[in-house]
Amino acid sequence: MALLNDIPWFLIAASVAKTLFLIFLVVLPLVSYTVYAERRVSALIQDRLGPNRTGFPISLFGFKKDLQLVLGGLGQPIADAVKFLLKEDFTPGHVNKVYFWMAPVLAMVPALSTLAVLPFGNYMFGQKMVVADVNVGILYVFAIASIGVYGIVLAGWSSNSKYPFLGGIRASSQMISYELSLGLSAVPVLMILGNLNLSDAIDYQVKNGWLLLPFTDGNLTLRELLLWVPVLISFIVFSISMFAETNRLPFDLPESETELVAGYHTEYSSMKFALFFLGEYAAMIAGSSVITVLFLGGWHIPFLPVNTLESSMTAPGAVLGLVHITAFFAKVAVLLGIFIWVRWTLPRFRFDQLMKLGWLYLFEIALVNIFITAAILALVR
Amino acid sequence: MSPVLFWAFTLLMLAFGASVVLNRNPVASALSLVGSFLCLAALFVGLDAFFIAVIQVLVYAGAVMVLFLFIIMLLDLKAEQRRRFNPVALVGGAAVSGAFVAFLLHVLKSFPAGSQAFPNLGVERLDDVRLVGFALFNHFNLPFQTVGVLVLVASIGVVVLSRRELK
Repeated sequence: MALLNDIPWFLIAASVAKTLFLIFLVVLPLVSYTVYAERRVSALIQDRLGPNRTGFPISLFGFKKDLQLVLGGLGQPIADAVKFLLKEDFTPGHVNKVYFWMAPVLAMVPALSTLAVLPFGNYMFGQKMVVADVNVGILYVFAIASIGVYGIVLAGWSSNSKYPFLGGIRASSQMISYELSLGLSAVPVLMILGNLNLSDAIDYQVKNGWLLLPFTDGNLTLRELLLWVPVLISFIVFSISMFAETNRLPFDLPESETELVAGYHTEYSSMKFALFFLGEYAAMIAGSSVITVLFLGGWHIPFLPVNTLESSMTAPGAVLGLVHITAFFAKVAVLLGIFIWVRWTLPRFRFDQLMKLGWLYLFEIALVNIFITAAILALVR
Repeated sequence: MSPVLFWAFTLLMLAFGASVVLNRNPVASALSLVGSFLCLAALFVGLDAFFIAVIQVLVYAGAVMVLFLFIIMLLDLKAEQRRRFNPVALVGGAAVSGAFVAFLLHVLKSFPAGSQAFPNLGVERLDDVRLVGFALFNHFNLPFQTVGVLVLVASIGVVVLSRRELK
C-alpha cells in the first residue's frame, strides 16, 4: 500500500474518495441534522415540542392517512430538503441577476473548502485522514474564512433593496473586525505548537496532552500548568470571535430579524436561500473543527492506543481509525451543541456594542496574551 | 506543476485582469480583481510556495479587496457606469500598456536564467513559514522594523487627516 501511494492516480483517487466521504457522508448530513437539532433544542429551551413527527405524505396518492414511522422527527431534514428543492425558484425583478445567483454559491463554497486541511482522523487503510496535509494549514483556514464574507456582501448588494444592503454592510465590517482577534488569539497556540501544520498540532497534543486539558497525557508539568492560562484565554477569545465570524447569535447582526427583516437574504427563496443556510451551518462545523483541532486534541482519545501507518492496514487498526474519526466528529457535535445552546440563551448585541467588544476588548486581550505566552515559553523550560 | 493547470490558471488570471479594466461596474471590477488574485495564488501553489499563496489570498483577496468592496458599495458609484469611452484615453492607454509589454518581453528575452526549468526541491515538505521568519528577523530585521514604523505613522496620519475634515 505504501507503494501504491507513489502512483499519481492512486493519490488523486484517494483524495477524491476522502473529499466525497467528508462532504457527502459526513458534513452535509451533519449540517442537516444540526438544523434539526437547532429546532429541537430551541423548542426544548422555549418549552415547546419542535418537529417531532415526519411521515410519508401518502395521502397525496389517495390514502386516508399519512404513513407515520417510529423515526419521530428524524425524517424532518429530508422533508426540508425536498421542500426547498421543489419550491418555485423566484428571482425578484429589481436585483442584479448575475451577482444575485453567484452569492449563495460564494457563501457555501468557502465554508466547505476549509475542511480540506482539517485532519478528521488518524490513519486508516494506510491513508492519512486529511485531504490536503499542507504545512500552512491554519493560515489556509484563515484565508478561506476571510473569503467567506464575499457571499454575504454580494447577496446584500445585488438584492438592490435597503435591508439586505444594511445586512451586507454590517457583515463586512463585523467579519473584518473579528478576523483580527480570531487570528491573534490563535498565535499563542501556534507559538506553543511551533508549527502551522494541523496534523502536527494533533501529534503534539497526543504526546503532551490536549492544549485545553493538559493532563490528558497522564502527567502535568509546571510549564503545562503555566501555559494553561494563556491557552484558556485564547480559547475563550477564539470561540467568541468564531461566533462573530459565523454570524451566530449573539452576533447575528447581518440578519437580525427584528431590525432588518432577514438581513442579507431577505430577497432569497427556495434553494438559493437554503444554500445560505447550509453555508452558515457548514461554517459552524468548520469553525468547531478548527477549535477541536487546536484546543481539544482533534481525533485523539486519551489512554487509547494510536494508529501508525503500518498498523492501520490490519482489521483492528481500521476499527481504531474509525473510532478516531467518530471521536473527532463527536467533539465537533458537542461544540455545535454549545453553538445552539448559546443562540437560544443570549440576547442579541447592539452593533456598537459588537464593534466595541471586538476592537476594545478581544483585540487587546489577544495581543497581550501573545506576550504572556512568549514570556512563559522563554522563561520556563 | 502540470502545464495544463499552469495554462488554465494563467489564462483565467489574464481574463479576470482584462475584465477588471473592461467592466463598467466598479463592483464587478473589484470582484474580477479578487478572481485574478485567487488564480495568482493557484500559480504560487503550483510552485510549491504555499505560504506566499496563502498570504496572497489572506491579505489581498480577504482583507484589502473586502475593504475596497465595502467602500465602493457605500459610495454607490453610479456615474462610473454612465460614462462613455473616451477614444483619446483609450488609444493612449493601449499605447502605454503595449510599450510596457514590449519592453518586458525584451528584458525577459535577454535573461537566459529565466528560460530553464527550476530543479525540483528534493524534499517532500518545506517549512517555508519558518524559513521566511528566519530570513526576515535575522537578515532584514532593521528594514522590517522600519517598515513597521512607517506603516504605523501612515495609519496615524490617515486618522488625523480624516478627523480634521469632519469639523
